Amino acid sequence: MARKSVGLTGDYAVAEAMRQIDPDVVAVYPITPQTLIVEKFGEFVADGIVHTEFVPVESEHSALSACCGASAAGARTMTCTSSQGLALMHEILYIAAGNRHPIVMVDVNRALSAPINIHGDHSDTMGSRDAGWIHLYCFNGQEAYDSTIIATRIAENPNVYLPVIVGLDAFNISHNTERIELLDDQEVKDFVGEFNPPYSLLDLKYPVSVGAYFLPDYYMEARRKLQEVIQNSKKVIVEIHEEYNKKFGRNVPAIMETYKMEDAEYAILAMSSITGVAMLAADELRSKGIKAGVIRLRLFRPFPADELYEAISNLKGLAVVERADAYGAACAPIFSELSGACANKKKMPLMANYVIGLGGRDVKIKDMKSIFEDIVAKVNKGEVKDLRQYIGVKG
Amino acid sequence: MALKLTELPSKELPITSGHRVCAGCPEPMIIKQAILASNEPVVVGEATGCFEVSSCIFPYTSWNVNWYHNAFENAAAITSGMEAAYKALSKRGKVTEPINFIAFGGDGGTYDIGFQALSGAMERGHRMLYICMDNQAYMNTGIQRSGATPLGAWTTTCHVGKVRPGNVRASLRKDIVAIMAAHDIAYAAQASLSHWNDFMRKVQKALSYDGPSFITVLAPCPRGWRFPASETVNIAKLAVETGFWPLYEVDNGQWNVTFKPRELKPLEEFLKTQGRYAHLFKSEEGKQVIEHIKELVQYKLNYINHMAEATKGCEMNIFGRCALPEV
Ligand SMILES: Cc1ncc(C[n+]2csc(CCOP(=O)(O)OP(=O)(O)O)c2C)c(N)n1
Ligand code: SF4
Repeated sequence: MARKSVGLTGDYAVAEAMRQIDPDVVAVYPITPQTLIVEKFGEFVADGIVHTEFVPVESEHSALSACCGASAAGARTMTCTSSQGLALMHEILYIAAGNRHPIVMVDVNRALSAPINIHGDHSDTMGSRDAGWIHLYCFNGQEAYDSTIIATRIAENPNVYLPVIVGLDAFNISHNTERIELLDDQEVKDFVGEFNPPYSLLDLKYPVSVGAYFLPDYYMEARRKLQEVIQNSKKVIVEIHEEYNKKFGRNVPAIMETYKMEDAEYAILAMSSITGVAMLAADELRSKGIKAGVIRLRLFRPFPADELYEAISNLKGLAVVERADAYGAACAPIFSELSGACANKKKMPLMANYVIGLGGRDVKIKDMKSIFEDIVAKVNKGEVKDLRQYIGVKG
Repeated sequence: MALKLTELPSKELPITSGHRVCAGCPEPMIIKQAILASNEPVVVGEATGCFEVSSCIFPYTSWNVNWYHNAFENAAAITSGMEAAYKALSKRGKVTEPINFIAFGGDGGTYDIGFQALSGAMERGHRMLYICMDNQAYMNTGIQRSGATPLGAWTTTCHVGKVRPGNVRASLRKDIVAIMAAHDIAYAAQASLSHWNDFMRKVQKALSYDGPSFITVLAPCPRGWRFPASETVNIAKLAVETGFWPLYEVDNGQWNVTFKPRELKPLEEFLKTQGRYAHLFKSEEGKQVIEHIKELVQYKLNYINHMAEATKGCEMNIFGRCALPEV
């Protein structure tokens, strides 16, 4: 076994995972900060290192469309994008999920226009959150690498058979060089295994019609089924993570990572790379005697409502910190989601919502500390005047 | 394979009866002619549009061949993906049988919203034939104009009113064949369902190339063009015989007229069969529009003849073949 530790950017780590998975079809369109993945994977194609049919399409809309066609034809299929690219795919996201195409897409989370901005936040995937895709968010480059492999197994599991988005933060992960432990090529090959689709458009013996027209007499049933499948996928998601962690001595959380939550009274709930900063802030508060903890949500779809409630129910105060906003809504996406999920719970912490780091604005330890202090103050006062606050905004 | 009308009925039909298109709809005719022309099994990608919504109303399907519909503007892109999957899985030995890929789209899904995906797919060189079922408007949403709607025609977004004589535009329609041919694909052609032999030969030729190809087929629509359901084929025929819809191909750069009417019939014979042009016969302004349409028809015929002359000897069989090794 020849595992290697190498210095790689998050994007290159994903490209390495893709090389090892060696998918049948990859259809992509470049966009910063995802471009490095396309370029690196293009090198593998040019050198004949992968057997992939590489389709460098003319737009993201066609990228995902080609992926749908390939997937329906029985090919293991991947793509990657960011921001405007994901927005341009929006229409097809729903179709990919509704038609049950197990496509794996790596999305480098980037802000949406306007104003145009190439830096990180979660506006893009949050805008796509209800399309029926499983969403996994990564903490660092290592997790981006691991998640790409894990996502392939989740998507193709016969009880799931849904598309999966792996989200990694623009620049903080995509362009940051880290020490990444790569699995051996054969280990990845064995883990992902052969793709055995239940049907294929290339199977001439059993012709199928895929993408039929549903009138009101069946549409709701089809959509209800999608809801059932994605909700039930949680079990498989957990199992596949456990299998991966056990096989390769890894520690990738399937649903969430909790940091000093055992006795915590106050916590920050956040996603992706900024939770590292929150953990450092929690340490500082703990040194001052405040029982602070952090929850890093990794699985956003299906939304793990029970597990999250379990994690927060004993807190006094919860700060939901998000790198996305929802315009015209009462609060940002995760907060809405969580408060909706806990609507009838009797025992709830006091909750407030904090929007941070939009468009790549640096998220500092002091920001997270101020959030902790703010939620402590709110709990002490026993009231929340401003449900949503913006952290680190000038003027 | 030479095409014999007498042999066609013995072939298994790619679509069954029981679909829900209007009586007299040209689209099932085109699909049958196209797929029956293929010597290899066909896998179909289709754009949203009239035939798509009428042929696959869950839990039923009229398709006897593998068929995939995804969205309105991406028939070429989904078919690119299917063809890429075919290549990938062939390389891995998972598929062994030869398959032809045909994408079908309406003129809206081809000239307009699907234009970019079509251009991309043609330029990338996927081995697919894209067939446009050209009924010259968005029929599925109720007869709105498209980039293929001709000058002077009525649609529900280019009504005939006090100051507008139906569709106002500079040309007869967007010249989709020339545009596709300009992608330097091996084969682009214009056909009509009335001239089934010509169309089916074109399909066979298109499929014989190891690359992308394109055919637009005139598809007179009884609903949108306003004529009795029994007249579909006759009207398609008149379109050809009056020069409104010339039959030609661009085969490896060589333009060929594939059918030349011995004598062109007056354009009015075609126009007067359809309610979409009825207003043109009722006023002086309308008659002027007819004159202009005639000029445009003549211009296009001259253009095609000139192109045929100018490209003589161009047919070098260079497009759609790639000298590079398969990787
Ligand atoms: C993005 C998008 N815009 C609009 C539509 C609505 N729509 C469905 S079919 C159609 C018109 C189809 O016209 P055409 O391609 O000419 O095919 P036809 O129905 O005439 O065969 C339109 C506008 C759609 N499905 N998707
Ligand atoms: S509207 Fe026209 S094209 Fe559409 S189904 Fe009816 S006849 Fe066919």
